Amino acid sequence: MTVVGMERLSTTADLERLREDLRKRRDPAAKCVRVCIGPGCVAKGAMRLHELFTEAVRQTGADVAIEAKGVGCHGLCERGPLVIVHPGNIFYQRVEEPDVAEIFRETVLGGRVVERLLYEDPATGERARTADGIPFYKAQQRIALAHCGVIDPASLEDYIAAGGYSALAKALTTMTPEQVLQEVERSGLRGRGGGGFPTGRKWRSCRNAAGEPKYVICNGDEGDPGAFMDRVVMEGDPHAVLEGMVIGAYAIGSSQGYIYVRNEYPLSVDRLKGAIGQARELGLLGEDILGTGFSFDIRINRGGGAFVCGESTALMASLEGRPGEPRAKYVHTVEHGLHDKPTNLNNVETWANVPAIINHGAKWFASIGTEKSTGTKVFSLVGDVVNTGLVEVPMGITLRRIIEAIGGGVQGGKAFKAVQTGGPSGGCIPAEHLDAQVDFDQLTKLGSMMGSGGMIVMDEDTCMVNVARYFTNFLRDESCGKCTPCREGLAQMLSILDRITHGEGEVGDVERLQAMAVLLEGTAMCALGKTAANPALSTIRYFRDEYDAHILEKRCPAKECRGLFRYAIDAEACKACGLCKKHCPVDAISGEKKVPHVIDQEKCTLCGTCFEKCPFDAVLKV
Amino acid sequence: MAESKLTEERIIADIVDRYENDEGMLIPMMQDLQAECGYLPLDQLHRLAARLDVPLSRLYAVATFYSSFRLAPKGLHEVTLCVGTVCYLKGSGAISEALRKEFQVEASGTTPDGLFSFHPVNCVGACAVAPVMIVDGKYYNGITLDSARDILRGLSPEEAPAESEAQK
Repeated sequence: MTVVGMERLSTTADLERLREDLRKRRDPAAKCVRVCIGPGCVAKGAMRLHELFTEAVRQTGADVAIEAKGVGCHGLCERGPLVIVHPGNIFYQRVEEPDVAEIFRETVLGGRVVERLLYEDPATGERARTADGIPFYKAQQRIALAHCGVIDPASLEDYIAAGGYSALAKALTTMTPEQVLQEVERSGLRGRGGGGFPTGRKWRSCRNAAGEPKYVICNGDEGDPGAFMDRVVMEGDPHAVLEGMVIGAYAIGSSQGYIYVRNEYPLSVDRLKGAIGQARELGLLGEDILGTGFSFDIRINRGGGAFVCGESTALMASLEGRPGEPRAKYVHTVEHGLHDKPTNLNNVETWANVPAIINHGAKWFASIGTEKSTGTKVFSLVGDVVNTGLVEVPMGITLRRIIEAIGGGVQGGKAFKAVQTGGPSGGCIPAEHLDAQVDFDQLTKLGSMMGSGGMIVMDEDTCMVNVARYFTNFLRDESCGKCTPCREGLAQMLSILDRITHGEGEVGDVERLQAMAVLLEGTAMCALGKTAANPALSTIRYFRDEYDAHILEKRCPAKECRGLFRYAIDAEACKACGLCKKHCPVDAISGEKKVPHVIDQEKCTLCGTCFEKCPFDAVLKV
Repeated sequence: MAESKLTEERIIADIVDRYENDEGMLIPMMQDLQAECGYLPLDQLHRLAARLDVPLSRLYAVATFYSSFRLAPKGLHEVTLCVGTVCYLKGSGAISEALRKEFQVEASGTTPDGLFSFHPVNCVGACAVAPVMIVDGKYYNGITLDSARDILRGLSPEEAPAESEAQK
């Protein structure tokens, strides 16, 4: 990270001059080692790799320019830690500490490829030298994540050299706020946080609303479990979020912005804080931005750990220092939002799309995706899928293409059962709808929703009743308690789901769940409450047979619900090693040396220890 | 004694000044107080309420609504277990249950010996490497009940961890 003595930019020409300078100063022959320091790679030790490469660079003292930089999430977390070496953009995966010296010696200094660290296609056995050769990346198109994995997120120089803040300069000096508004409207951009409301229309309502000051908010309270898109954008390309917000503020006529970041994301807070400081110093944020007379500043607030604060009115209550309880939606936040003033709130990914729209034009953006869902969407592709990670795809792509072509299908050769989209209040989509297009309206039609972009693949061993129970329990825990249908309704639904998964379900339980779902949808106050029955409804819609098996036959077809299946030992696979017998806490297993062991079903408490301990997979769930 | 009281008052004064007495910044103020003290001591909440001229009940409402606030001291170590969807599907629910039993700790509580505080949380955003446990800011991915147990059994009862990311 070079700290150049950068002065405050007082015109857009200054910015362009700086950009030219930064680009010129870069030696085109310079080598660069990019270490992914996204959440997945860091959890696998990427920070240490970055240190080791930095140290290696320091020690070479060679007369070639080499840079080791930590970059935002590159996407293929499953194969992390990832390291990309320029020139050639050689893509190394599953890099471990001992590999650093070899990569540095062979590739960075010697220009040779270390074959064994390349990605090998499990289907064809072919090795790919660059990311472009990997099926995971082929169907992707990066707009919101364009800089992630490329630039050093802590470096404003990197962002500017990559074209950063050119959209802001363009908007402030060559466009009126009305023109910016029209551009965003025509792009067809819809809110990436879940609602899918047209962004341009929201901006216009806020601009037209009476009252001053007007506020602009970035919702970084990414509360959906199984989703980390916004985290990656905030940590991998923080300036893109800021640039989008300043452009939005200019269009709307706001001078104060807030970014509300989830409490569990301390690194996001650090990165954004750093970025805000840098942008202020350069005059890209604060008073008289780029000498245009337009002023706008941003403050960061950390959430307190409440899922409901992702809801816009709850988030605003939290920004006012109150418990995050939503309020009725008929009072629009664009008119009466934070401190009762007109407020425009958009999600992180939405903001990150704005600079690209201004730079490349609405027409370009609208040409990507489908007619009513334009552009791309970032998804966190996780669960029982081979290539877990972060993907950005054009809207309208099919679920099958995401899961099979990009995700590489289901892990361990198991059968696909469902994909859960839309966060806790989304739904589970079964195999027969895998060819559905991924856009706002299609997913809603299927009883799920786009949500913020979590995509959780579930294999055949997943019990769908238990999935519904898990999400309902989550939502019950996170219900703010303000309105009765959500507070009490979810508790009742959970108690029924608990009963069913414990084998105590009664005939009529499914209908009771459906009746309560109707009530919840019709009477809950906020969007979270209204959609809270989705997990139960969508699983009933597509997996009714599993509910019936639990209720009528007291059987869990996925063999997940304890008590609704038994353990037995496969006499042929059993090697009579005695491990299960040794670990059984209730002495329910008998057997001698060389004699297949047997479980006494009367004594067995179904704890599953034998299943876990057996080294030969001879203990079966039946 | 008088001196410590003075320090305590200074902490509150600093925090309130930091946010220009803005009542809307109550949550960041309480976050700062917790970062300073490790939890929200009742007498400090009294002071903060008095300074901002808001009823103590309002602070209590905020402290109990948001899961990240603690009204009791935390343990020597911080253990966060992700029970978000993906981690749950990969077994963290059962891991959480077994750990709570073994170490006699409630969710968001502290072990009887004060060794660690235990926070099962809904998603830490590292789903691609689930299940995930964070101990004093260090990520452990792909954990099992056995490996999680080993990590926690290996926690030092004397040594407090260095200031880490998770506690910032």
